[in-house]
Amino acid sequence: MLEIKNLHVKLEEEDKQILKGVDLTVEAGKVHAIMGPNGSGKSTLSYVLSGKDGYEVTDGTATLDGEDLLDLEPEERAAAGMFLAFQYPVEIPGVGNMTFLRTAVNAQRKARGEEELSAADFLKVVRAKAKTLKIDADMLKRPVNVGFSGGEKKRNEILQMAMLEPKMCILDETDSGLDVDAMKLVAEGVNALRDEGRGFLVITHYQRLLDHIKPDVVHIMANGRIVKTGGPELALEVENNGYADILAEVA
Amino acid sequence: MALPEVKQTATDARLAALTLPTGGCLEDARRAALSRVQTLGLPGRRDEYWKYTRPDTLTQVEAPKAAIFDTDEAPMFDEFDRLKVVFVDGVFAPEESDDLSLEGVTIERISDICDKDIHWAKDLYGVLEARGQSPVARPLAALNTAFAQDGLAIHVTGKPSKPINMIYRHSDEGSDAILHHVIRVDAGAEATILENGPAASRFNKCMEIDIADTGKLHLVRAQGRDHERRAATHLFARLGTESEFKSFTLTVNGVLTRNEAVIELTGDDAIAHIAGACAGDGDFHHDDTVFVTHDAVNCESRQVFKKVLRNGATGVFQGKILVKEGAQKTDGYQISQSLLLDDDSQFLAKPELEIYADDVACSHGSTSGAIDEDALFYLRSRGVPEGDATDLLTLAFLAEAVEEIEDEEIAAAIVTRLEGWLARRR
Ligand SMILES: Nc1ncnc2c1ncn2[C@@H]1O[C@H](COP(=O)(O)OP(=O)(O)O)[C@@H](O)[C@H]1O
Ligand SMILES: [Mg+2]
Repeated sequence: MLEIKNLHVKLEEEDKQILKGVDLTVEAGKVHAIMGPNGSGKSTLSYVLSGKDGYEVTDGTATLDGEDLLDLEPEERAAAGMFLAFQYPVEIPGVGNMTFLRTAVNAQRKARGEEELSAADFLKVVRAKAKTLKIDADMLKRPVNVGFSGGEKKRNEILQMAMLEPKMCILDETDSGLDVDAMKLVAEGVNALRDEGRGFLVITHYQRLLDHIKPDVVHIMANGRIVKTGGPELALEVENNGYADILAEVA
Repeated sequence: MALPEVKQTATDARLAALTLPTGGCLEDARRAALSRVQTLGLPGRRDEYWKYTRPDTLTQVEAPKAAIFDTDEAPMFDEFDRLKVVFVDGVFAPEESDDLSLEGVTIERISDICDKDIHWAKDLYGVLEARGQSPVARPLAALNTAFAQDGLAIHVTGKPSKPINMIYRHSDEGSDAILHHVIRVDAGAEATILENGPAASRFNKCMEIDIADTGKLHLVRAQGRDHERRAATHLFARLGTESEFKSFTLTVNGVLTRNEAVIELTGDDAIAHIAGACAGDGDFHHDDTVFVTHDAVNCESRQVFKKVLRNGATGVFQGKILVKEGAQKTDGYQISQSLLLDDDSQFLAKPELEIYADDVACSHGSTSGAIDEDALFYLRSRGVPEGDATDLLTLAFLAEAVEEIEDEEIAAAIVTRLEGWLARRR
């Protein structure tokens, strides 16, 4: 599904190489986790895949179901099925959360040549999905993420994912800043979306999220590269011993 | 004190081309206003109050020509049940207007107030304008009082069932209109006034509003789409105890607009909200100049102005809150913001606070910025195309000003206009 080959990325404004040859393939139906020290390039990878400005790809490729992602505008990537749950969801004063969701859903439907959802149909779906994430009517009415707690913002990301039903979901530290109950809600939201046709890339520091969202493959990223790949036991190793041993071993 | 020569010459030339309407009960008020113009002189480029806006086309003898704008679009406020009062190039057009009788309000032309002996209007005409000349001179308003060719005297005595809508049509490419309205809101009375249309190639409009204790007035205006029109408007409002005045102005297009609002809170617990949203593209200069005076206890004032500018458009905001001695518990708020859609456009702001009471809460802020790139990327990453996302963020930026409109349907009509403006520029 998602195929990243030898991806090299530098900052556009500075001569700073951040990704130094990332190779990673996420198959449909699988959950891959990425762990790694702060500053190793995990968020950068997620941004580059979703098309954020400010980065320059100097080498390598990234495709989604064979389609070159790096050539597409962010909205085209979204329509192609790419979704990023942001590490720091953005506040948008003046745009109601509901308006935002409906605009996004209908924009993607339109881009795919599907009919737009009627206001009534949309409302029904969004209410049901919001309820399972314990997002109340008030949060749907308020401006996007404005005045939301950290946990509310993350749940709102999962709601967007549930509404958009993307093919490839990247979750960037969706668990950070969540208490145990909120994390369970988020994990349930993700698990409800697990499907043969859908791939996940879960960026996290903590085993506890992976207790709830069981990964098929775990990668360790350090200094702009995937330095080790293994099964779920790799996450446990990190949990128990930190990154030092693994990094020393691959150095 | 003698005026500077340039100003004297310009003022003399302009006055020579105008004829003071004589006879009738307003003549004294008109003559007094004329002498104010002569003393003050018309605005000139060197005047501090006109530092950001060139007054010459507003003061020159001939109105610059302005093409008539034609559109198939339904006129603003068409969908509302309202009482229509139509002016064409600044002259009342009875055949196009509704019957002016409506329960809770009396509407007369200013030319009739003498014959009909309408005391309140005679007593108000030119009075608030004259008060508003200090501490800052507003000579174009005095010129208006002296030479106004038409206008309404609106007496709100109850709660009319529908808004009164002044519709200002523009039919002559060289028209130069001077309109003066006086409005009195009685105690406990409440009305909504709508205004729309460009009015003329050059429009000088003055509105004096006297709101008695517990009276309420809502004013929503849309200044019309004609690209080449020019306007200088003045709003003078005096508010009594527990009264309320809320005004919102939408401006899209127009080569030059100067909207002055001079608000005096003279009774305790009064509320004044003055808001505006403007969207300008290219040859567009829009100036909001606001002066709010708190002269009573526990009053609230809000100034909320938002401007979207592109292709070299200019926005100006000069806003002042003056809190007089003894005006304790004043709650004064002022925000002026611009969204610059490119590097060629500019926003010039001069926010001011002057406070002579010690127990007050006043805040002001002014910002100028581009579209928030993070918000734009966030929207695009959810599949919203760049253009749609930019429009959504632009409307969101304007929302704080539009939200000042109390009536949700009117607010929605304003948003529709703004959406239209954005859509035409895609
Ligand atoms: N826009 C940027 N400007 C400057 N430095 C950046 C930018 N984006 C990423 N970096 C740098 O790139 C490195 C990787 O950052 P990031 O991808 O956020 O790591 P992680 O998510 O693994 O913590 C860090 O050193 C970070 O400071
Ligand atoms: Mg990160």
